[in-house]
Amino acid sequence: MLEINNLHAGIAGKEILKGINLTVADGEIHAVMGTNGAGKSTLSNVIVGHPAYEVTEGSILFNGQDLLAMSTEERANAGIFMSFQAPTEIPGVSMTNFMRAAVNARRAAQGREALSAGDFLKLMREKRKIVELDAKLTSRSVNEGFSGGEKKRNEIFQMAMLEPSFCILDETDSGLDVDALRIVAEGFNSLRKEDTSAIVITHYQRLLDYLKPDVVHVLIDGRIVKTGGPELAGEIERRGFDWIKEEAGL
Amino acid sequence: MAENAFLREVAEKKYEYGFETKVDTEILEKGLSEDVVRMISRKKGEPEWLLDFRLEAFRFWQTQKQPSWGHLTLPEIDYQAISYYADPTKKSAGEGNREIDPELMKTFDKLGIPLEERLALSGTAVDAVMDSVSVKTTFRERLAEKGIIFCSISEAVKAHPDLVRAHLGSVVPYRDNYFAALNSAVFSDGSFVYIPKGVRCPMELSTYFRINARGTGQFERTLIVCDDDAYVSYLEGCTAPMRDENQLHAAIVEIVVGARGEVKYSTVQNWYPGDSEGKGGVLNLVTKRGLLKGDDSRLSWTQVETGSAITWKYPSCVLQGDRSQAEFYSVAVTNNFQQADTGTKMIHLGRGTKSTIISKGISAGRSQNSYRGLVKVGRKADGARNYSSCDSLLLGSRCGAHTFPYMDVQNDTAVVEHEATTSKISEDQLFYCNQRGIATEDAVGLIVNGYAKDVLNKLPMEFAVEAQKLLNVSLEGAVG
Amino acid sequence: MSEQQYLDFYRAERETIFARSDARLNALRDGAFAVLQQKGFPTMKEERYRYTDVARDFAPDYGISLSPAEDAAPCPAEYGTLADSADPVVALNTMLTMSCRVVRIGRGERPEHPIQIVNTLRGEHPEMVSRRLLIIVEEGAEADVIITDRAVSKQQFLTNQVIEVFVGDGAHLNLYEIEETHLLCTRYSSLFMQVGRNCSVHHSSLTLFNGRSRNRADVALCGEHSEVVMNGCVIADKMQHTDCNTLIDHRVPHCDSRQLYKYVLDDSAVGAFAGRILVREGAQKTTSQETNANLCATRTARMYTQPMLEIYADDVRCSHGSTVGQMNEDALFYMRQRGISEREARLLLKSAFITEVVENIPLHSLRDRLLVMVDRRLKGELSKCEGCKLCE
Repeated sequence: MLEINNLHAGIAGKEILKGINLTVADGEIHAVMGTNGAGKSTLSNVIVGHPAYEVTEGSILFNGQDLLAMSTEERANAGIFMSFQAPTEIPGVSMTNFMRAAVNARRAAQGREALSAGDFLKLMREKRKIVELDAKLTSRSVNEGFSGGEKKRNEIFQMAMLEPSFCILDETDSGLDVDALRIVAEGFNSLRKEDTSAIVITHYQRLLDYLKPDVVHVLIDGRIVKTGGPELAGEIERRGFDWIKEEAGL
Repeated sequence: MAENAFLREVAEKKYEYGFETKVDTEILEKGLSEDVVRMISRKKGEPEWLLDFRLEAFRFWQTQKQPSWGHLTLPEIDYQAISYYADPTKKSAGEGNREIDPELMKTFDKLGIPLEERLALSGTAVDAVMDSVSVKTTFRERLAEKGIIFCSISEAVKAHPDLVRAHLGSVVPYRDNYFAALNSAVFSDGSFVYIPKGVRCPMELSTYFRINARGTGQFERTLIVCDDDAYVSYLEGCTAPMRDENQLHAAIVEIVVGARGEVKYSTVQNWYPGDSEGKGGVLNLVTKRGLLKGDDSRLSWTQVETGSAITWKYPSCVLQGDRSQAEFYSVAVTNNFQQADTGTKMIHLGRGTKSTIISKGISAGRSQNSYRGLVKVGRKADGARNYSSCDSLLLGSRCGAHTFPYMDVQNDTAVVEHEATTSKISEDQLFYCNQRGIATEDAVGLIVNGYAKDVLNKLPMEFAVEAQKLLNVSLEGAVG
Repeated sequence: MSEQQYLDFYRAERETIFARSDARLNALRDGAFAVLQQKGFPTMKEERYRYTDVARDFAPDYGISLSPAEDAAPCPAEYGTLADSADPVVALNTMLTMSCRVVRIGRGERPEHPIQIVNTLRGEHPEMVSRRLLIIVEEGAEADVIITDRAVSKQQFLTNQVIEVFVGDGAHLNLYEIEETHLLCTRYSSLFMQVGRNCSVHHSSLTLFNGRSRNRADVALCGEHSEVVMNGCVIADKMQHTDCNTLIDHRVPHCDSRQLYKYVLDDSAVGAFAGRILVREGAQKTTSQETNANLCATRTARMYTQPMLEIYADDVRCSHGSTVGQMNEDALFYMRQRGISEREARLLLKSAFITEVVENIPLHSLRDRLLVMVDRRLKGELSKCEGCKLCE
């Protein structure tokens, strides 16, 4: 599904990713762990096409398409969804208008006609239940005045609305208490289809206990220095990152 | 009523620096004409080009009218009733070889500005200017070792003519405004500073201005050139004797900052403000401007304005170099019949330029205190940022506090923000202090100092203490 | 010297003008003529006209109609007592206006429906219109008044209107001005309002589509415990020019004023906002708040903003804030990640920015209609745009 080859990228002239190779097959969940400043957020921003990041070398293929040649919204409409670490507040733009624009953009990309207002609201009601999102929140401005937990739930709610085939969960666990984490993780699991793939970026084991990754990568200083199975996450939880750095000769 | 008692006390507030020095002073006859301009130039032994500069300025000034756009009631100034040159230094036989009258030394001692190097505040070099002449500049030799030039501008014209000629009038052309034209025609003394490439000036440089002689005006001119990668912190202080008549002070300060250079300019202005009836006091009509010429250059203006009957002053920055940064921090206190119309101009020309404006106005008595500022973002100033915050505090019901910010934005990538508030001193805060046993008067001092703290913190240590005291004195008993 | 043609016209047509109109209107004409003759049009050096070139706007050779409104009622005594007679632009109106429209809400009256005045510009030739309106809301009355400016002919029009509004004690007025004209229209509007005690006044000025507009609004708070809300919404692109100039004059204690003006500027549009708050000596316990926020969407759009606080009383709480900024890049990215096109994301942001002003409108039916209009304006789909070739 996603194939990253020798990716070099950075921001404001500073190289952060120094040759990333990563392939995620259909239906796989990959966890990316790493120290602060290792380049985890850069990786996710480059995949979704944040305009501030520059790719200097390498390629990303998504279902065979050259992702780097596509605009942010084209990537989104091709099925890539990012759950943001710190979702942006957009004062004045209601959740309803925002979601309606997004859902209809996705449908247009798929060659389907726009949803009627009634059908759209029905869809909103259905999907809201999955993450136990308060109805009041969907009538407010996007993320404005939402608590940290509400913002994260709102991200999963949007995922439910947009039905992506590839998700990036960027530190979705940060700032969540145990119950909220469970709701978000279970929400994600229930939305997952057989061929849905994901990259999960996290510092902790907690979220991975729910999501059960197939592969765990360790990203340090812009490179993937170690790749292993789910057990690697547990080991990092116990031993930290230093031993990996030593192993990698850093 | 307590208020009346307080207001009376304000009125009776003493101006500490109001004494006069008895010293032989050579004063040019009153009046202004081409001959007077020529005479000033001759007395200073100036080269031809400078005389020409003065004469051009004078001719331009004659075609102009005194501006009236400030929120000020500017008295009609009789420019023929002022003497444009007063020299309190005695000349010994040899030309240019001056002895300093002990009275003058005493005067500056009394003002807290010792001119003997051994007594000096640690780490501060001083240029002391009385009336039209620089009396003494300390620590020159030590500074010269680093290639720093710090002397009076009259001397600089002789010793470093190329430097002066290259920069004089380059930031504030004589056509800039009425008072700038006047200054350019008749300017007497002031300081000249040159910091060479890559040099950090090891001590604070300071100029102390004193008006002493009766019936004279002071037209100082300061020029600071800070070359690439250089740094200097410069302080300016001013006082004058108490007199019934208004005295005119029309100065120009020009600053040029090279690439990655940094200049901090701090002023504590305490000219005689006039008496409680609004009689007398200095008319402080000043043009100050810095050119941030090089990329990544920095300039900050910090001013504490407590004196003068009228203050008309807008220390400004032209942010020409890319990523240059400018700051303006101001506390202006007016009491009795004082009037202040002060603020800044930030002209963003370069890319990624940033400016910050923090202004705190405090009005008491029957004074009028205005902030006037312009933030302009040119077409090419991509990513320019400005943040302005102007607060006014009113003490008493007969004063005025006004805010006139102008913003002109011509670039869509710019972000310009302005905030202003006007309020009276908080009764809750006063009550809280009172309840803790602090008298209202002291509480006002505390609260005002707290209110002005953002700005006072920007002053160099020696000045911060001075300024704090000054605020207390200026506002003694200003609230009921 | 573009005032000269109007002075000459008045001299030539004075008799006709006097013969066709109300004596009260005629009584002020010669005085207005003298003001215009003596002062000429204000130059851009004058503080209240800094951002708009009056002489240029009045220079074209406009036709001037000398027919009074067919249903003109007698002109009441309040006429001309509030307008700033020293302003040459007001003087020009006073000199040439042929009739004064009057809206009077009698003591304690509360009309069930809003009163709507529709000004329509129509004609075969360039024309200047000197429109005059008097709104009197008597003691304890309540009313919604909607004034809409439209132009149906693709012709050059210049409107110079003066509105005088008297709000009696305990009265309640919501006044809405909506301009939806076209690029060839120039509008000078001077509104003067006097507010009594215990009043509540809402004024909204919405410039949805125009050519060049200069809107002056002076509100004097003359009675205690009154509140005034002033809202402005300007959407401009192409070469459109909108200059709003307000004065809120707190003459007495215990009043509250709030202003919110928002501009969205695109292409080479020019916006100006100068808002002066004057708190006179003795006007204690005044609270006043002024906000001006602007969104410049292109490099060539230009915004001038000039909030002013002039305060002569100490027990007050006044503040103003103004911002000139660009689109929130984070929000744009967030929306694009959700698959929304950049164009649509920008539109959503502009609309969110400006609708804050519309949301404040107390008359809900009008508010809902305006929300739709604003949205269509931003999308370039205003009804007036259909089939119009002016902007192409």
